[in-house]
Amino acid sequence: MPIPQDHIRNFSIIAHIDHGKSTLADRIIEQTGLLTKREMQDQILDNMELERERGITIKAQAVRTVYTARNGEEYILNLIDTPGHVDFNYEVSRSLAACDGALLVVDAAQGIEAQTLANVYLALDNDLEVIPVINKIDLPSAEPQRVIEEIEDVIGLEAQDAPLISAKNGINIEEVMEAIVHKLPAPQGSPDAPLKCLIFDSFYDNYRGVVVFFRVLDGAVKKGMRVRLMSTGAEYDVVEVGYFGAGQLIPCEELETGMVGYLTASIKNVKDTRVGDTITDAARPCAEALPGFKAVQSMVFCGMYPADGAKYPDLRDALERLQLNDASLTYEPETSVALGFGFRCGFLGLLHLEIIEERLEREYNLDLVTTAPSVVYKVHKLNGETIDLSNPTNMPDPAEIDYMEEPVVSAEIMVTTEFIGPIMKLCQERRGVYIGTEYIEATRAILRYELPLNEIIYDFFDALKSRSRGYASLDYTLKGYVQSKLVRLDILINKELVDALSFIVHESVAYERGRRMCERLKEEIPRHLFEIPIQAAIGSKIIARETVKAVRKDVLAKCYGGDITRKKKLLEKQKEGKKRMRQIGNVEVPQQAFMSVLKLDEDR
Amino acid sequence: MAGKKGQTLDKKPLSVYVHVPFCKRKCLYCDFPSAPGTPEEIAFYFRILMQEIRSFEALDSLYTVSTVFFGGGTPSLVDPKYVRQVLDLLRAQYHFEEDPEISLEANPGTLTQESLAAYRDMGISRLSIGLQSANEDELKILGRIHSFEDFQKSYELAREAGFANINIDLMSALPRQTMEKWQRTLQIAADLKPEHISAYSLIIEEGTPFAETWGTRVGRIYLPGEDLDREMYHYTKEFLASRGYERYEISNYALPGFESRHNMTYWTGGDYVGFGQSAASYLDGRRFQNPAEKTEYLEEAREAYGRFKSTRPLSLKSREEEYMFLGLRMHRGVSREEFKLRFGESFPGTYEKKLLDYCMQGFMEKEDDRIRLTDKGIDVSNVIMADFLQD
Repeated sequence: MPIPQDHIRNFSIIAHIDHGKSTLADRIIEQTGLLTKREMQDQILDNMELERERGITIKAQAVRTVYTARNGEEYILNLIDTPGHVDFNYEVSRSLAACDGALLVVDAAQGIEAQTLANVYLALDNDLEVIPVINKIDLPSAEPQRVIEEIEDVIGLEAQDAPLISAKNGINIEEVMEAIVHKLPAPQGSPDAPLKCLIFDSFYDNYRGVVVFFRVLDGAVKKGMRVRLMSTGAEYDVVEVGYFGAGQLIPCEELETGMVGYLTASIKNVKDTRVGDTITDAARPCAEALPGFKAVQSMVFCGMYPADGAKYPDLRDALERLQLNDASLTYEPETSVALGFGFRCGFLGLLHLEIIEERLEREYNLDLVTTAPSVVYKVHKLNGETIDLSNPTNMPDPAEIDYMEEPVVSAEIMVTTEFIGPIMKLCQERRGVYIGTEYIEATRAILRYELPLNEIIYDFFDALKSRSRGYASLDYTLKGYVQSKLVRLDILINKELVDALSFIVHESVAYERGRRMCERLKEEIPRHLFEIPIQAAIGSKIIARETVKAVRKDVLAKCYGGDITRKKKLLEKQKEGKKRMRQIGNVEVPQQAFMSVLKLDEDR
Repeated sequence: MAGKKGQTLDKKPLSVYVHVPFCKRKCLYCDFPSAPGTPEEIAFYFRILMQEIRSFEALDSLYTVSTVFFGGGTPSLVDPKYVRQVLDLLRAQYHFEEDPEISLEANPGTLTQESLAAYRDMGISRLSIGLQSANEDELKILGRIHSFEDFQKSYELAREAGFANINIDLMSALPRQTMEKWQRTLQIAADLKPEHISAYSLIIEEGTPFAETWGTRVGRIYLPGEDLDREMYHYTKEFLASRGYERYEISNYALPGFESRHNMTYWTGGDYVGFGQSAASYLDGRRFQNPAEKTEYLEEAREAYGRFKSTRPLSLKSREEEYMFLGLRMHRGVSREEFKLRFGESFPGTYEKKLLDYCMQGFMEKEDDRIRLTDKGIDVSNVIMADFLQD
């Protein structure tokens, strides 16, 4: 029983973290009667354990439901879930491009956040119809009227008849459903035109190979059809097509114009099915690919090493397997004098890095040492050569360098006015260039800055949150590269250079960073039988020094009678502590010392 | 007095430890299992203890007793008849060496002419008296039950009773202690010419009242710092050496020939059996220990022998490690020859390298075949000893 194209609605939900996106998605699925309440897990869309814990959605997913509207007609609702973090901006934009409309869910107590705003603009850029929904109206602190006005003032969206709901308690969900059916447009597109589909996600399945998620814009895709991916020209025979049940894939014969679904075609690697790419009919290809396709680029790099050197092959296997499902993760082998064999890994951003790190530790049981994250610098050498530098160790001799460039981002920070001062100070400290302030209402403003990316990848989010008591939110996009006076800061422990601790900083903050780095390492490195100098250096010039004093006294005077076991336990504890350390020269350095560069905020 | 009659040839020496977990009042720094007890509790405890000792009767076929040590708690607090009962039983059950070392821990204020005479009579040859400090303010801080005068009286009585081997326990690095105060304590103790002095640097043990008072951030301010602690320690060695005492273990000093034989058993890997609450044993290559908690001990004492039998012997690796970290506590140190004799193999390569490194860095020194910690090495001995645990 095919449903006509004008009874299809493709939409996504835009919301700030914690504003209730997943809960609303659950309610919608419930309302459409696709599943009984008993079958419902909480937060069906977030099925990765990690996502559940962090309360954020990492990978885009979709669900198809059937809704019988008040007018008695059945509609197909395809809900496409989007990632909610600035690291995944491109993925968000592609997911939105697969929709015709979006629900903007705003917390009735908190109002609009920077992140939300950025995604709303992204939706409007993609010509989506946006319906505001005010959530959490049952909170004592809810101010729906204020939020409605804010939406109208800030975004310019008509919001007076926005559904006032509580997703958590199931209040007014049907109003949302009706709004979807009556206010969002049906998909455009021609059933007779050559096939044209937009890929918005994919994942790797052990049995089926890559499962590609896409939206049919023109034509129809059928089982057995030969399709072509337009960015690479690769062709595949479609093995299976289908749509998304809640948490499962439901095969069908074909997907028509306007539908959202998946296909499998014995594709080996998610790298071959890039988000944003166009799928077409190999026999009758469409004239041109969809606009907006970009190859993913890693923004942040770091070295990942197994804490136990023998686990190197395990780490390689784990990265390989994660990459099957994550085309934006890159890695290549590297070696460090201090840390041995490991990988230089590339990520979309710091959150992406943390997620991968956590998954490696949790799902693959690996104990990792991670070096300070770095961005990609452009080094222009005097001989005319330009290199992309993502590992500080590989920085050429300064004598060979003409100049260097670093990536900068355009950042928008939304903040309540009382915190403008501290946030501006923070941006200043991070070498931000002030662009302007825009007041969106009496008590809230958007600060615009251009910030070097390397200043925000360490701990900028944390600093932002701590200096605004959690109220500031951030959005940024890569703006480009600017020339910058950069130096490599080296750390010497007991006179030995520790390559894994080197990092690149702007000349103006080198002293300060070097000093704090030494202080931090002094806290991390336990006292040894000898004195250990910790030095920060630029080239051969020492710019900061701390000293870990030698152990003066560590002796067990008492012998606890014949209880030798007790004595031995004490010694074993001592020995155990040493085991978790890295040997650098004759100094034992705890693993966490390598991450200590991450936490250098001035306020601490 | 000589113990069970019969053949003693080919038997290994055995040290016997007997724990008496009773005291008048627990000292503030003490984390040994000890508490005041009613006469009924004491009587019951000894009844169980005797049963436990009896269950180990079979040891007689393998061992000859060379030392007995009554520790606590305060063994001198309970009626001497209990000590006599235990000794009588041990003698009835085991062969004793010709001249065994039989020690008893005593606290000043619990010794009387009568009790001392009784101890002499039952063959106790060595007294270990806890003085800790000759300064009244420090005795108060420690929560001791006696004054210095009490100690002096006890010491004199002991000498009069004929004890010719007396140890005095002292503690350095006490809260608010200065170098001068420690020197005073040392001087007064040495002037009494005991045969043996134990001088411990205070260790603040978790769960003691001391930890709550002095182990806190504020409390620590009043403790001698690491540097002063080490100065006191180094002074102790020098001063006592000038009085004829040799430091034969990290915290133990003796006139020649008066080293505690019982303690040497612990440090040289000899066999010992411990009776009573929390007592530890090392028998036939196996380490085992009685429950530290009193009611648990009283319930399980009868199974102690079974526990011994079902304990797995230490691995070669463990025995080697123990040899090293116990050996390094002593002035005589460790030796390649001895190691080979005991374990049938030379020092592992990793040991050789470490010993060489530590010697070169001045933490150890060599004398013929023996290697010992230097003073500098003793100061950081835990770090060094941990290094001899194998992977």
